[in-house]
Amino acid sequence: MQKYDALIVGGGHNGLVTACYLQRSGLNVAVLEKNGWVGGAATSRELTPGFLYSNCSYVCSLFRPEIMRDLELPKHGLQVIAYEGGAVFTRDGDYLASYRDHDSHRREFARYSKRDAEAYERYARDVTRQCRFIQPLLMRTAPDPFGFRPRDISEFLYLAKKFGEFSPQEMAETLRFWTMSISDFLDEYFETDVIKAYLALSGIIGTALGPMSPGTAYVLLHHYMGEVDGSVGAWGYARGGMGAVTQALARSFEAAGGTIRTDAEVSKILTRGGRTTGVVLANGDEVRADLVVSNADVKRTFLKLVDEDTLPGDFVHRVRHFKMRGSSGKVNIALDSLPEFPALPEGSSCIRGDMHFTDSIERMERAYDDWKAGRWSADPFLDMVIPTTLDPTMASPGKHFMSCFVQYCPPKLQGRDWTDADRDAFAETVIGQIADYSPGFRERIVHMEVRTPREIENEVGLTEGNIFQGELTFDQLLFNRPVPGYAQYRSPISGLYMCGSSTHPGGGVMGAPGRNAAAEILRDLKRSPEQMSKAHDVI
Amino acid sequence: MNAMTKSAADLRRAARNHILAPRLESPFHDRLIALSEVNDWYNWAGYKAPHALFDGELEYFAIRSTAALFDISPMVKYRITGPDAGRYLNRLTLRDVRKLGVNRVHYTAWCDDHGHVLDDGTLFRLGENEFRLCCQERHLPWLLDSAFGFAVDIHEETEEIAGLALQGPTSYAVLRDAGFAGVEALKPFHIGTFPHEDGAVTISRTGFTGDLGYELFVPRARALSLWDRLWRAGEPHTIRAIGYGALNEARIEAGFIVANTDFVTAEGALRADRVRMPDEIGLDWLVDPDKPNFNGRRAILDARRNQSLKHILVGLEIEGNIPAEHAIVYHRKKHEAGLVTAAIWSPTAKRNIAIASLERPYGSKFTEDLWVEIYAMRELKYQKLMKRAKIVPRPFVRLARRTASPPGLA
Repeated sequence: MQKYDALIVGGGHNGLVTACYLQRSGLNVAVLEKNGWVGGAATSRELTPGFLYSNCSYVCSLFRPEIMRDLELPKHGLQVIAYEGGAVFTRDGDYLASYRDHDSHRREFARYSKRDAEAYERYARDVTRQCRFIQPLLMRTAPDPFGFRPRDISEFLYLAKKFGEFSPQEMAETLRFWTMSISDFLDEYFETDVIKAYLALSGIIGTALGPMSPGTAYVLLHHYMGEVDGSVGAWGYARGGMGAVTQALARSFEAAGGTIRTDAEVSKILTRGGRTTGVVLANGDEVRADLVVSNADVKRTFLKLVDEDTLPGDFVHRVRHFKMRGSSGKVNIALDSLPEFPALPEGSSCIRGDMHFTDSIERMERAYDDWKAGRWSADPFLDMVIPTTLDPTMASPGKHFMSCFVQYCPPKLQGRDWTDADRDAFAETVIGQIADYSPGFRERIVHMEVRTPREIENEVGLTEGNIFQGELTFDQLLFNRPVPGYAQYRSPISGLYMCGSSTHPGGGVMGAPGRNAAAEILRDLKRSPEQMSKAHDVI
Repeated sequence: MNAMTKSAADLRRAARNHILAPRLESPFHDRLIALSEVNDWYNWAGYKAPHALFDGELEYFAIRSTAALFDISPMVKYRITGPDAGRYLNRLTLRDVRKLGVNRVHYTAWCDDHGHVLDDGTLFRLGENEFRLCCQERHLPWLLDSAFGFAVDIHEETEEIAGLALQGPTSYAVLRDAGFAGVEALKPFHIGTFPHEDGAVTISRTGFTGDLGYELFVPRARALSLWDRLWRAGEPHTIRAIGYGALNEARIEAGFIVANTDFVTAEGALRADRVRMPDEIGLDWLVDPDKPNFNGRRAILDARRNQSLKHILVGLEIEGNIPAEHAIVYHRKKHEAGLVTAAIWSPTAKRNIAIASLERPYGSKFTEDLWVEIYAMRELKYQKLMKRAKIVPRPFVRLARRTASPPGLA
């Protein structure tokens, strides 16, 4: 029986980030991954010959640059390339484009409304102000109001100081922003349906809420915060697909002497006397360690892998009620040629960005109504990208990989499980929608992978297929994520830590939970995390 | 109704190709490109605009010695009309619009509810109920929201209207010889309307140079013919087309400030401490506490009464001849007092001048013993200079010909 200093349950990006920092700090670490490959929801897989699929997460911008530098990810092959704009196609055959050039962006909005065109600046300023407030919190452990040790107090003071730099008006704005619906928020700036629909997308992606649900304005912030090379709000593709992120992490980890074991599903986390002692694998092997760090979501970790009777009842109750609802699906498509969108002018840059077909908030809300009724949306909204328009490594020249994120898609269909027939019918609503705007689309399809919450949970292990390991609503953020009193990556069991997106600051391929968890573990081991740089200052 | 909707959609569709030219060409572009010897362009509010056309220094002397033609078409322009237009603008802006007669212009500024300056600009009263507001930044949502309860129509006309500034000692002579009879009667800040082809050109005796000068506005379609008319008449008067580099020197000499260069506008500021009240950027003289209520009034008057103003904008004269652009200002060589926002060696005043934003009490109570630290890069080495700075009144250059009436010919 092997013994390590630390075991990481699950080889997703956060698990690998934690693993890298611990290994570099002198621990002997093993990552245990149930699949035959690492990556979790950040993978590139050749599902059909000649095409690499970013088959879960599909764009990169939230990943913290400090982590990339600390772990030498560029040296291990990671490159993030910025992409340009995108478009929402409208039902009347036109579109609303988004352009990187500031003045072109304004003129595009002005095609619909001169007022909205000039309102965008104020909107961008207000959202950026909120981002500047929240961004420094990403790479800090949230204060624990339950413990109230000196560092929690100083962390609260830090929060208060950050907040105190706001004028009273800004404080009021912040509170409104964190609790409002994205629809109400956008109504305060814009009058045009398609402009609001375009901007609302980021408020509901991955969230089992509609654009009219309170709390969705914050979700927008979470997405807006991304940056590519210092350009806040920018999005990019990981060259080689999202697996490039986790492959670089895996190489960095192995270069530091870490061990990765694939096809090694953890079936149980062992505890004795309130301490963890290691894990049992699905094949019955035991692996020992005094430290176990779970990259799995909080529900999977504590409701499936840990014996419930070793946990405080209140904790289990809270975990059960942590909102982690499946709301989205994914259709990944290999294409033998670049699809045409007749609405776009020839040579338009929009095809290299994110594309959508939902041109009003009302349509989004109707799509959500279907989810509430336990159905997939008959008229879903898609977040569609074709990374091969910029990345030559994912398919051969002229061939393309298209990723379609689809919302809404419930984890169960009116209480029953998904069937393969359901999955195919779901895919048809997506393909049908694309084909309405892109003649000949079906004929270009070489291969397709359809993932409902069922497939995502089975393969990746995300409960209900929730992409954020728990919704990003204000009741589940900061010291309430995932459970009040356990927001500092520790659990009720000594030696058992959490490092997944269920923890602060939440989901997206950001790496911050993994890095913060490593910082807390090293603190408990009384080791200083020498290889971990502080978050970049926001000046 | 259906037909109307369709045509709006068609117009919208027709506009989609804007992306093929991310930098708009001004209505005068054909003339500018023909005159551009150095191809030195910059982006002015989405327009391709010349930084210099042939030689920045010589272009400056066209302003101060002959006649300089500068394209101001990219300036943001709003047309404000309707029975309540005057009352609306009086509520919006700092100065008393009731005192602005028809065919008069005044320089003004407007603030948000907290008294922070949103922008400065010029307000043209073209008729009893007809105005044009010219400014640096875009404000349509603010202007529309402020119109609640007023019978007023607000129309953004930046792309529709072409504008030219004709500045310099021979500018009047150019206009006279171009056949604008009666232009000699225009006093500073007066507006006249003159026939041009089958339409009209609006000429005001205004400008951004502190020199004798005029600004001309025409609908876009008549832009080139207006240019040609001025150019033909101007040749004997040594007219030159100029870029922003030259204009910027003249405006610093005249002591004028530029939004988002010398101060950050309230709607543009990401950092809460960057906004400014009128009194903090030298615009206290625009504030008219005796006129009916206007936006920001209470905040401005409270700040005055409570002496809570934090900044002050001053003119500096700095020893030596090295421009102090973006230099830190010190008190007694050690306490940071503020920042130089614009600085040049003034070719006309033969002085090293600067506009600076200081943090009170520097500049208000402590006005002596000020210094600027200049980092002059010379052949890949910084020469660090600590130079004495003296607060002086603006404008730095005062020219009698600017206000002479009737205007001089040279």
